[in-house]
Amino acid sequence: MIEVRSLVKRYGDTTVLDCPDLTLDGAGVTALVGANGAGKSTLLTIAGRLLEPTSGTVLVDGHDVTTAPSRELAARVAILRQENNLAVRLTVRELVEFGRFPYSQGRLTDDDHRLVDRALDTLELHEFAARRLDELSGGQRQRAFIAAVVAQDTDHVLLDEPLNNLDLRHAAQSMAMIRRLADEFGKTVVVVLHDINVAAHHADRIVAMRSGRVVADGEPSTVIDEPTMREVFGLDVEVTEHHGRPVVLHFLAS
Amino acid sequence: MTSRIPRTIAIILAGSAMAVAGLTMQTLTRNRFVAPDTAGTLDAATLGLVLGAMYVPSAPIYLRMVIAVVFALAGTGLFLLLLQRLQFRDIVVVPLMGLMLGAVFNAASVFLAYREGLLQTLVTWISGDFSGTLRGRYELLYVVAALTILTYWFAERFTIAGIGRDFAVNLGLDHGRTVLIGMGLVASSSAVVVVVVGEIPLLGLVVPNIVTLALGDRLRRVLPVAAVAGAILLLLADIGSRTVRHPYEVPVGVVLGVVGGFAFLAIVLRSRGRVG
Amino acid sequence: MSVDTEPIRGEPIRGGTFRPRRSIVVTAVIGVAFLIAVACFMTYDLRGSLSYALELRARKVAAMTLVGVGLSVATVLFHTVSGNRILTPALMGFDALYILLQTVAAYLFGTFAFLRIEVRVRFLGELAVMMLFALFLNHIFLRRTRGDVVLLMLAGVVMSGMFRAIGNLVARLIDPNEFVALQDRLFASFSSVDEQLLGASAVCVAVALVVVWRMRYQLDAVALGHDHASSLGVDVDRVTRVSMALVAVLVAVPTALVGAITFLGLLASNGVYLATRTFRHRSTVPAAALAGATILIAAQFVIEEFFAFNTRASMVLAFFGGIAFIALLLKEQRR
Repeated sequence: MIEVRSLVKRYGDTTVLDCPDLTLDGAGVTALVGANGAGKSTLLTIAGRLLEPTSGTVLVDGHDVTTAPSRELAARVAILRQENNLAVRLTVRELVEFGRFPYSQGRLTDDDHRLVDRALDTLELHEFAARRLDELSGGQRQRAFIAAVVAQDTDHVLLDEPLNNLDLRHAAQSMAMIRRLADEFGKTVVVVLHDINVAAHHADRIVAMRSGRVVADGEPSTVIDEPTMREVFGLDVEVTEHHGRPVVLHFLAS
Repeated sequence: MTSRIPRTIAIILAGSAMAVAGLTMQTLTRNRFVAPDTAGTLDAATLGLVLGAMYVPSAPIYLRMVIAVVFALAGTGLFLLLLQRLQFRDIVVVPLMGLMLGAVFNAASVFLAYREGLLQTLVTWISGDFSGTLRGRYELLYVVAALTILTYWFAERFTIAGIGRDFAVNLGLDHGRTVLIGMGLVASSSAVVVVVVGEIPLLGLVVPNIVTLALGDRLRRVLPVAAVAGAILLLLADIGSRTVRHPYEVPVGVVLGVVGGFAFLAIVLRSRGRVG
Repeated sequence: MSVDTEPIRGEPIRGGTFRPRRSIVVTAVIGVAFLIAVACFMTYDLRGSLSYALELRARKVAAMTLVGVGLSVATVLFHTVSGNRILTPALMGFDALYILLQTVAAYLFGTFAFLRIEVRVRFLGELAVMMLFALFLNHIFLRRTRGDVVLLMLAGVVMSGMFRAIGNLVARLIDPNEFVALQDRLFASFSSVDEQLLGASAVCVAVALVVVWRMRYQLDAVALGHDHASSLGVDVDRVTRVSMALVAVLVAVPTALVGAITFLGLLASNGVYLATRTFRHRSTVPAAALAGATILIAAQFVIEEFFAFNTRASMVLAFFGGIAFIALLLKEQRR
């Protein structure tokens, strides 16, 4: 369970995040959506203790992310951002093995190896296991980093714009994989997404943000309507439906 | 014979220490051109030596070693501090800044040495040389061996830190502390090498680049290889330094400075070719 | 200097029609500073035979002006041709080469014999080697690396390192007593400049300056980058070649005359860029030339009068220049 408690982040006089209360619980995919600068990534990175809040805090399974030992948190919550060293010359397997570091501190047990293999399987990376990251394509590298997070085997997985720089096919594959994390492994997945339609189709819950505040929260069908979209994105859009899920025709906006 | 054994041990320890130092710095700063030579570490250690010679001329060697280590740590710390203020860590801006920092330390050393008439002595210290390796002095290098082993102990953590801050924090690692520990360990060991044998240029830059190109960046695997390669290269350079002008010796630092210079340029050209 | 004359960010040529006003003011201010520095240097604490002291000081001022102007203009040119504002000829290995040259010559001929060699012969020899090096740099690096500043810089740093390593080796072979005598040649010195050499050097530098001045508009175009300049009809390769030759003259002559002074050109040129906020060579070249001379004279004045000759201007400049360089790097990065 992830509980946000009167969380505020300011840079100087600018408040980039003001989230009094938000609870994410149970298996499923929650999408954070909003325009650039809405505070969604800030919220995610604070929850993943990569960023210090100005005030307030986030509890992960009751552990305060600002005070709990980082090593302990590493067994409960995993976060993946885009800012990793992409030219690092590690094999895919080596990278994924580092996902077990919080438990093994570098000495892998049989159990650890099993989980590493499972993560490689999940991401369909077995054939690349011995390849070096600097020799892979962007999409494959992205999957390798996600596999490391899967190997970390935490109940909570936070992903910051995992579809960035992926082409359509790889983006679709990644979203399907993210669904599996929730459906097969029972994880609480929180994912920052740019594309509202991807969120509408894949997420169980959408948290829409604007100017650092949560403006709508609920199932896609309840959150996604024309007035809310106007409020969130500042854009007049048409909303239609496809297989019972809402579809936002944002490219028709004038 | 009595001078050969200490000399060989000294070369092995110094060579492996410099290679391991370069490898660790490159991993932690995520930049393949950072090494004790290009992070201001060696020049800071030398400045410590000069100040030691000026103010406590009668101090025993271990005290001078301590002074040099303190300066090397401070110099490297300053480098890291400046590094933090660089927003776009361009692959060459980082070593360029380190080189300039080193140049400032060096200017201070030269300034002081000139005033005290120590300039030629300074030159002697700076150029790495094993001809004076004798008992009673080279034993300090055992400190280096201890520091190198300690570096190996942290190898896995350093690799994780090198992947990125976010990745490291996510795995429960204190990134800032890990970087400080690593840089501190290798700055100290290279400072001891400076005190005992002088500056050994480019070894820390060239060896790690070649080794990681072949074997990847996982320190637990490449660190021992780099250590052995550094030792071998320095042994070869030492043999070269003794045969070039037999029966005189050319300081091994000069041999490395020239040969390593070409090797470094070749590596840079290669990496450029691939990136751009 | 009012706000409305601020250039728009990202404008290809900084400084539109209003710019010259600011740069003229800046140049005038630097000019006044130059005159003050010269006046201080000439008149402060004069003792003994007035005419002799004045003549001695005038010669020093002339040498320093020559050096300051040469190195600063060379740096501006180098910046334009290489497309960056951080590299300097000194960083490319000129300084280290000079020291190596001195040390090797002293070792080969014996320090005292070397120092007794006819100054003009020595000057010509040094000049020849430095020019050859500049041409080599031009040929190998400017051509091969074509715009790759990074590679150019690394090449320079590595070559400096090699020159220094060899220089250190040779220095160890020299008798300690002789080394003390040589040491004075390693750091720039203005106290014993030959009058005839000064004249010849001044002619060389003046000729180079005339060529620079005539190329000033082409240089403006080259500063936009190779492709822009080419599309504007400028023969970039030719301008680059000529500029590198000029850089060679403007660096080699002062260095052979007095010795190596790292960072002077860098300080002067970047100070001028900051103050004038323009990249037009008709503004930066004169301003940088004056600034270089002013900095050098002021530094030498302070050192002579307050440090009692116990140090050298080049060392002080290396120290503060290095710090300024780092500050510059940090600032450039923040853009």
